[in-house]
Amino acid sequence: MMSFYHVYEQVKNQPLSDMFHEVSGADVESVLQKDALTQDDYFKLLAPAAEPYLEAMAQKAHKLTLQHFGHTMQLFLPLYVSDYCVNTCKYCSFSVDNVFPRRRLTLEEVEEEAQAIAEMGIEQIIILSGESMKHSSVEYLTEIMTVLKRYFSSVGIEIQPMDQADYEALTASGIDNLTVYQETYDETIYRELHTKGPKRDYRYRLDTPERGCLAGMRAVNIGGLLGLDDWRRESFITGLHGQYLQNRYLDTEVGVSFPRIQPNAGSYEPNVHVTDKNMVQAMLALRLFLPRAGITLSTREKAALRDQLIPLGVTKMSAASSTKVGGYAQPEDTQSQFEISDERSVEEIRQLLFQKGYQPVMKDWQIMS
Amino acid sequence: MNDPLVIAGRQLESRLFTGTGKFADHQQMKEAIERSNSEVVTVALRRVDLSGSGKHILNDIPERVTLMPNTSGARTAEEAVRIARLSQASGMGNWVKIEVISDQKYLLPDNEETIKATRMLVDEGFVVLPYMSPDLMAAKRMEEAGAAAVMPLGSPIGSNRGIRMKEIIRILIDEIDVPIVVDAGIGKPSEAAEAMETGADAVLVNTAIATAANPVAMAEAFDKAVQAGRTAYMNGLGPTSLHAEASSPLTGFLTPSGGDA
Repeated sequence: MMSFYHVYEQVKNQPLSDMFHEVSGADVESVLQKDALTQDDYFKLLAPAAEPYLEAMAQKAHKLTLQHFGHTMQLFLPLYVSDYCVNTCKYCSFSVDNVFPRRRLTLEEVEEEAQAIAEMGIEQIIILSGESMKHSSVEYLTEIMTVLKRYFSSVGIEIQPMDQADYEALTASGIDNLTVYQETYDETIYRELHTKGPKRDYRYRLDTPERGCLAGMRAVNIGGLLGLDDWRRESFITGLHGQYLQNRYLDTEVGVSFPRIQPNAGSYEPNVHVTDKNMVQAMLALRLFLPRAGITLSTREKAALRDQLIPLGVTKMSAASSTKVGGYAQPEDTQSQFEISDERSVEEIRQLLFQKGYQPVMKDWQIMS
Repeated sequence: MNDPLVIAGRQLESRLFTGTGKFADHQQMKEAIERSNSEVVTVALRRVDLSGSGKHILNDIPERVTLMPNTSGARTAEEAVRIARLSQASGMGNWVKIEVISDQKYLLPDNEETIKATRMLVDEGFVVLPYMSPDLMAAKRMEEAGAAAVMPLGSPIGSNRGIRMKEIIRILIDEIDVPIVVDAGIGKPSEAAEAMETGADAVLVNTAIATAANPVAMAEAFDKAVQAGRTAYMNGLGPTSLHAEASSPLTGFLTPSGGDA
């Protein structure tokens, strides 16, 4: 099978972090004159030399996004169904080493959550869970889909990586999109952070988005968890990954997120401090490199920052998210995966979008299975 | 103008079709549609709430217009057919714009799947208007399959690059009997006029109106441009030439002139 790993192998030993410092302001200016960007051009926009050009990049990113997506913003919510996890990730609260009472929603509880979410006016959700094939099994997901498809027009998953045949079964059940973050593209750091469990298999995770494309997922969303390694390098490789998927799987909508590490129960300290300015640069560079890619913005970020990020290329946002299992119907219980930073309700986010000249899109597909 | 366009027995005074996507809000969309005088409006079925609850995009589309639900989001003929059936079942009439796009990068239509979907939906009694990549044989097959009109793209959707496919569209206008509606790529009123001057029967404009600084005023500009282009086409554009006419004729000796004979 073709694999993004072959692309990764070509860049992994290059001193990218040093090469970023060789880019000049003149290089950046010439990139900004172009309509279609090469990988080299994208690299230059991620360099420190591009920082003085963020305004010009933002203007261009805004125009491109408006042209391709219009004055619209997709709204979705995450639905946490289980916090059982078999991995040890040093930065995550769901890690198998963190002791807390774990649970998985029953069919009835899934329905209660679905009702609570649907009452907020949300029609698009992503099922989230800790990574456990036993608990977040194909059987379980297929079963809860019989309930969820009565409430929602689009359901995605952000769970442990699976085989292509599993994804085929899930798309048949009506699940239409897949999110899987590589966390870090650096193979060495990856192994240091993922000390136990099947997640240690870097290559299997790396090929997960591609298996989703092959299985007929309508949309596949990738990203690196910013803060684990040099964000410029991570963002560059994320962009290459997105381009790789776009070029091979024409019928899949490729999306990218830029999650930054948030406080969690493991009290992990990020390796790298990624500032707001850094995150903005990563987002803008990606928009200019892949004008048609979706960009998702979660409630990990603070309200004031999210408001400012809306016109910079974002196409999809979450609102009023609970990162707890059962957190919509019973907000007070159990461990959350990480702390969200924007607590505003769906209605508040809708009003904000209208105010900024964006039409909130609550529905963008129709489950047909 | 007493020059109606007739599609599936319906007489249309306006040759500007409009879309409903990409607007900042429904109120703006409604005003833009009204000002455009458009009588055919396309709406993405995937964005319509079929549960019948609450706010519905259809409530904001003026009643006089013919709804043309589209199958955007479909990647295969089968998906397009299923979407069209849902649309009909939800009471949105029997017109359908087939959009089958299996390329998320340029959003170019898949003609082969579109032909298949056209056949299937015509058989089921729909008025089918397929959106297509300009190609004569594909257009012929859509026509043979019973398409009520053929909708070739002027440029890739949302690209605002104008009628880049003009030469092929000109051939479709000459060779296809059902109406030709140029759909997608039209970024400016002058380009809509250009399509109409070329002989297109109608144009469909969405992005250029919805993302204008003032969509309502821009809708009016497109309405006027489409009318101007149509009038120009109907009244015979004068011949154009890059060069001035030669002043000393080369065949003048063939014309007998009095005196010398």
